[in-house]
Amino acid sequence: MITDLFSTTVLIGILASGIRLATPYLYAAIGETFSQKSGVLNLGVEGQMLIGSFAAFYVAFTTGNLWLGLLVAMIVGALMGLVMAFVTVNLHAQQGISGIGFYLFGLGLSDLLFQRLIGNVETIKGFEKIYIPGLSDIPGIGQILFNQNILVYGAYLLVPLAWFVLNKTTLGLKIRAVGENPDAADSLGVSVARVRYFTIVLGGALSGIAGASLSIALLNVFQQNMTSGLGFIAVALVYFGAWKPVGVLGGALLFSMVNSLQLWIQVLGIPIPSDIAVMMPYVLTILVLVATVSRVRAPSALTKPFERDE
Amino acid sequence: MTESNKLPSGQTRIDSLEMLNITKRFPGVLASDHVNFDVKSGEVHALLGENGAGKSTLMKILYGLYHPDEGEILLNDKPVSIASPNDSIGLGIGMIHQHFMLVPTLTVAENVALGLPSTRGFMTDLDQVSKRILELAKIYSLKIDPDAYIWQLSVGQQQRVEIIKALYRGAALLILDEPTAVLTPQEVDELFVIMRQMVKDGHGLIFISHKLHEVVEISNRVTVLRDGRKIGTRPTSEVTKQDLANWMVGREVGFIPDRGVVDRGEARLELNNISCSSDRGTPGLRGVTLEVCSGEILGIAGVSGNGQRELAEVIAGLRKAASGQVVLEGQDVTGLPPAARADRMLSYIPEERMRDGVIREFTVAENMVLREHEKRPYSRAGFLNLGKISRHADELIKRFHVKTPSRDTLAKNLSGGNIQKVVLAREISRAPRVVIAAQPTRGLDIGATEYVREQLLEQRRNGVAIMLISEDLDEILALSDRIAVLYEGRVMDIVPREHATPEKLGLLMAGVHLEESVSVVK
Repeated sequence: MITDLFSTTVLIGILASGIRLATPYLYAAIGETFSQKSGVLNLGVEGQMLIGSFAAFYVAFTTGNLWLGLLVAMIVGALMGLVMAFVTVNLHAQQGISGIGFYLFGLGLSDLLFQRLIGNVETIKGFEKIYIPGLSDIPGIGQILFNQNILVYGAYLLVPLAWFVLNKTTLGLKIRAVGENPDAADSLGVSVARVRYFTIVLGGALSGIAGASLSIALLNVFQQNMTSGLGFIAVALVYFGAWKPVGVLGGALLFSMVNSLQLWIQVLGIPIPSDIAVMMPYVLTILVLVATVSRVRAPSALTKPFERDE
Repeated sequence: MTESNKLPSGQTRIDSLEMLNITKRFPGVLASDHVNFDVKSGEVHALLGENGAGKSTLMKILYGLYHPDEGEILLNDKPVSIASPNDSIGLGIGMIHQHFMLVPTLTVAENVALGLPSTRGFMTDLDQVSKRILELAKIYSLKIDPDAYIWQLSVGQQQRVEIIKALYRGAALLILDEPTAVLTPQEVDELFVIMRQMVKDGHGLIFISHKLHEVVEISNRVTVLRDGRKIGTRPTSEVTKQDLANWMVGREVGFIPDRGVVDRGEARLELNNISCSSDRGTPGLRGVTLEVCSGEILGIAGVSGNGQRELAEVIAGLRKAASGQVVLEGQDVTGLPPAARADRMLSYIPEERMRDGVIREFTVAENMVLREHEKRPYSRAGFLNLGKISRHADELIKRFHVKTPSRDTLAKNLSGGNIQKVVLAREISRAPRVVIAAQPTRGLDIGATEYVREQLLEQRRNGVAIMLISEDLDEILALSDRIAVLYEGRVMDIVPREHATPEKLGLLMAGVHLEESVSVVK
């Protein structure tokens, strides 16, 4: 029944899982914010997430060490970022197209490795929820905010951290300058290539963690194409969030809450066709992007390769 | 001379800098051919030359953006190696680029701090930077607000930020790459005051320009480059503008085009109380009323961004007028699309010739029929008549002296001057009744500029009504019959050529109403 949705338990459940589901979006979209701020559109996030997701799962599955899995996911994500950086910064590849290439590569490779190395769907015991004395006991709020695993907390801590780095450090100043006017940055001795390498590799590492958060913290399985478009949503969230970490947070929460709602609709057996329910977050993405498209200007140098000689 | 070798900014003076035998080759071009150049403390050394003469190449080598194939650089008689802007900045060399190297979305202080180590390690120290900016601003009498965003500043103020940025980095020697190109006459005067002060304090300045009167006014010595070679270096007091122009171009050039006498005819283009918005949604034009008559050139003067672009686009039909009318030869065309206006023989030479004037990836021949390609004889029932198009192109290439390997060369491979000739050929060869020429000579060298101006005057003699929108006051004064000054989307005044002086126009361009110029409004 639709009224089931409005019981306190269900509402708390929806909010709690909404908070949790925002985790992969946050990692991936904050990483993407960095690379876009420096002028690079990385459409390969989805592929980096898939590889990260598989790597984390495989390592955790074979060694039983979740932290090692997380580290490996970060490293392979960063490695993919490194290749992406070489292709975009040194080879001046068209970023939209090369990004799609990286996505397909990640999709194919993660599936191939999965078939070869694991074969069938297995589950593992992922990161446990962390009980914080006091906070976790607050009625309602404790359930929603403070009954989560370490990767969820990490994702939310990343938001102020990213804001700080972008706005209060010399590195952040360089990143913003390179994304707006790389010629100006170059003329002051800032290495455009180095800054972009940094942001793309950082974005890759964070995408790797985003993938890992799915396979070893939230769902605790790996299967083919398990991100199912989540990485692309993350790219959209950067636009939605107007290239600001806090905006990205708002977008990620809105999106994950709707996602959580549709999951609960299915769980509760409310008679809405499941296909429609699954569509909800995506329809929302399109609506939100249409509504916000002209609000803020993208970094001026976004998608433009930098070359010194004019 | 003071006994200390320090500048007011605390930086050590550069007594002399010499570039010896500098040679730089680009594929197919010798951009710099064994050039010698030097500058001393306490002087302005002007570097003069046409586009492509090698001025920028030479300066980019000095600033570390390019690496010379041959030659060496001596600083205070000691050889130095400059591999990157970091090296040149470290040696006390600063550069004010023609296109400002500022990040519009950052503040003045952030732009200055960019790339410098901070006193707080990895965190920025913008309050310290602001303090130092204000100190420098005081020493050099530059007014500046460290917390303002660059996009909020006028062009003149942005240039001051560039100067501060260089001084902040300890520049003792400053390269100014066409610094006056974007300024009003008053702003140029202000810049010259600053430059004179800096020279007095012991800075060395390299001043790049192709405006001869400025070179004569500000520099102590002048070096002329042509085709990558040095033509000569002279004390400025020993040369005339005419000498310099001839050296630059390599032949005698006429300064003031012969206008001839043309009777002003009927009004062909009338604007009645036109208002429209700019790209940002702010008011672009606010009630502009103008008319352009047969056989006259109406000059539109103004500082960049005061509605010039909007004006041209509203007339061409590329921008919607919020109110008011555009009347072409008595017919209201306000609601008509660009093609319908072109059919009424309105021609448009757009400001951004690379973006709006030609299709870069199209050939010269294709670009020449862009306007008329749907009409006979260039096409019939939707099929292009390629033979006719080719013959038409060959004819225009010859008539307009377009320097191109062939009619099938892509537009993007031509020089700026030749691209403008392609646009001119297309727009003028169709025997227009009204021509809108927006910044028709911007960025062109003396030769091409001369040619374009001559063509406009030729059209005027043919009785065409011409609107000349230009930020170059000399051009406006040389060509126009009447001059309208735009300021913040309004016509400040319309001054007949006989009554126009650079000072008067400059004040109008800055938004100052003049009692005496009010009295000459028609």
